[in-house]
Amino acid sequence: MIKVEKRLETPKYLLILTPIVSVLVALMFSAILLLVTGEDAARAMNTIFGGSLINWQEVLVNSVTLMILSIGVAVAFKMVVWNIGAAGQMMIGMICAAGVALFAPIALRDSIFLIPIMAVAAVIGGGLWALISGGAKAIWNVNEVITSLLLNYVALYILQFLVFGPWKGVTSSGFPQTDPFPAAAKIPAIFETGRLHYGLFVALAIIIIFYFLLNKSRWGYEIRVIGEGRNVARYGGMSLSKNIIIAMFISGGLAGLAGAIHVSALEGRLSPHMNTDIGYTAIIVVWLSRLHPLVIGIVSVFMGALLFAETNLPAAGIPSEIAKLLQGSILFFVIAGDFFSRYKVKYVKE
Amino acid sequence: MSNAVVEMKNIRKVFPGGVVANDKVDLTIEKGEIHALLGENGAGKSTLMNILTGLYRQDDGELFVDGQKIEGKYGPKEAIAKGIGMVHQNFRLVKPFTVSENMALGTKDKFLYDGKIIESKIEEISKKFQLQISPKAKIWQLSIGEQQRVEIIKMLYRGAQILIMDEPTAVLTPNEVKGLFDILKAMTKEGISIIFITHKMHEVLSYADRITVLRGGFAIKTLNAKDTNDRELADLMVGRQLDAKRMIADDVPLGEVVLKLSDVRAMNDKGLLALDNVSFEIRGGEILGIAGVAGNGQKELSEVITGLRKVTAGKIMFKNDDITKESVQKIIDRNVAFIPEDRHGMGLANNLPATDNAILKSYRNKRCGGILMNKKVVDEITQKMVDDFEIKIPNIHCNVKLMSGGNLQKLILARETFDNPELIIAVYPVRGLDVGAIDYVHQKLAEERKKGKAVLLISEDLEEIYKMTDRVAVLYEGKVMGIVKTQEASINDLGLMMAGAKGSEA
Repeated sequence: MIKVEKRLETPKYLLILTPIVSVLVALMFSAILLLVTGEDAARAMNTIFGGSLINWQEVLVNSVTLMILSIGVAVAFKMVVWNIGAAGQMMIGMICAAGVALFAPIALRDSIFLIPIMAVAAVIGGGLWALISGGAKAIWNVNEVITSLLLNYVALYILQFLVFGPWKGVTSSGFPQTDPFPAAAKIPAIFETGRLHYGLFVALAIIIIFYFLLNKSRWGYEIRVIGEGRNVARYGGMSLSKNIIIAMFISGGLAGLAGAIHVSALEGRLSPHMNTDIGYTAIIVVWLSRLHPLVIGIVSVFMGALLFAETNLPAAGIPSEIAKLLQGSILFFVIAGDFFSRYKVKYVKE
Repeated sequence: MSNAVVEMKNIRKVFPGGVVANDKVDLTIEKGEIHALLGENGAGKSTLMNILTGLYRQDDGELFVDGQKIEGKYGPKEAIAKGIGMVHQNFRLVKPFTVSENMALGTKDKFLYDGKIIESKIEEISKKFQLQISPKAKIWQLSIGEQQRVEIIKMLYRGAQILIMDEPTAVLTPNEVKGLFDILKAMTKEGISIIFITHKMHEVLSYADRITVLRGGFAIKTLNAKDTNDRELADLMVGRQLDAKRMIADDVPLGEVVLKLSDVRAMNDKGLLALDNVSFEIRGGEILGIAGVAGNGQKELSEVITGLRKVTAGKIMFKNDDITKESVQKIIDRNVAFIPEDRHGMGLANNLPATDNAILKSYRNKRCGGILMNKKVVDEITQKMVDDFEIKIPNIHCNVKLMSGGNLQKLILARETFDNPELIIAVYPVRGLDVGAIDYVHQKLAEERKKGKAVLLISEDLEEIYKMTDRVAVLYEGKVMGIVKTQEASINDLGLMMAGAKGSEA
């Protein structure tokens, strides 16, 4: 008879081994699916991973956004507040940044302060947007999964309303998009060729700051205890509603910042076709990283490659859905693999 | 041999870790009787019933249902087939579903859901016993009392002939209690046997035919309800022997009043009255015991004092300050220590290291650092607690969930007494500990008293009350039945007060 036993403590080596094995199994599973459906599995894998190596700058462009979004999501998740609204908070961040860039007074338009002000506006906008769900959760205990998810659609419609309507550019020749931002609103690229921009350093700084905040600060201590259970936190004299509100604001603020960096460095204008699905990918990154800030950095690069593959595969004549298939199966196998680090499976003779 | 429907003989059940939940328990249930299982929390009532319903398997002893010996596979499914149904304290109903949809769950007679047949059957049962439940009502629309009746219908629908009710009155208002027992009485006329688990003596005396008293895992005695009284039941429940030596000396001078409660009222989690005009005071250098059967407001009492529960009326004074409406944090800052009942869920964060747990009450203190925590100081504090209290732990960065119960309690005690508290609230501080650890905890509490601190010791063990307290207040259904000097109290008086009789003031 096969018996399943709960482990008291997961050995360290299993914590590292299970995700690696799970990813390998997912790759194998996807390869088999490809073979069965008659695709050239070897060529597909080569396009995904080889292509990512050649186009490493594009991969990292995705990773920058993922890192900032994921840290934000992780802050909320650490406190067992399920913020699913990163995509919407990111859109609000984009809108706020664009508003500053487009309507800033003349004196500011060429100023080096333009980008910082765009960033601050985006953080506040994204943070307040997240507070709609956070406040409802803290005050009336409304389920934040539903509110934050639904607010994504509201944010999308606000964005569409603006670019189809009042913010539609004079120079956009009828397309639903704003005028281009002034030059001072663009975060410059690091190298002469390629799109990788200085937002990378912001993302890395955020990872390091949050690593220290979560592990070494008093606030990080409160988050750890609250994540352990509401009763023990209340017993320790911590205010749950205050912390939910702070966590949700930071979570949304970082998503807003990610949106601001995205429009500033890459788009240069607001349009309805921004890649905000990445807000959902961030949830996958956080889950795979087990909420650990440094691991989030690594997994963001990996997921950045898979996101890049989605655009790269069609160029090689391979359906882009293969990259999605890979993403899905990795998440599936890592979560399934989690079972083995939490439980022991034993064969017992009856 | 009368017409026994259930016979349990010589039942023994030991849990992993060596806790003996039942030993040498005999129980006979007759057809058509209301049989009460009376005992304190942890007396083994629920374990015994879980064996009868097939959830647990006894380690020793025999089980007969309808005269047939139970052998081989016996799980919940088999128990239901034998006509044994249990209504748990927490109802197992799907809230968005209707009553009849809930009936269909778990019954496997038909693949397709046939509402008509189920509805007519529910109406038939409901009419027969005056249950007044409409099959089309959604569960969430029903009151708690109605939901309980749905649970009863569910059991009858499945053909239960033996109905077990686990503390059925805990969630009911007094009016509903009367109604429930009228229904149960009607059911016994149809030959159904009722077993109800409780620790409330007056219910037992008013409504049961026979009573079996459990204590410490043993079945002490089975009596006829009409041949006994509350005094005898109280004696049986708490036991008589009190030969413990007092652990506290009488030479500590009393200090000023540290804590004073005046007519404090509060609700429990279910919104029912849990504290009913509670008043008492504790002075420095004094241990006040709160005796009583668990579930009579003890948990709520500890929570109102520490700010975790809202006070609906009355006043709580700490020294000269009104702390009735103060936050948990403010009360912690007043140097009030709290040793909670629930070590794992409340007193400690299981998956965090000893260091994080050691500073749970003092992490806001400047010595632990500012925005960034001072790891060195935190480690030093933790190490000092571990050394001073001889806590056994591989190192201070180990997760506390691997520690034994005694060491966990020592860690809580070390943390709570670290800053020399003015008042200590200790709730069942030795529950589940081994003899050595019990002694250690008691010595520490006695030391604090000697230092002139005030201690509130909530206990259900009269021996502990006798050993450790200067005065004792008895709590019964949220009321203080009396406060007496421990040394002048007779065990009979305490037992009676625990059973709900009014005592004296001291």
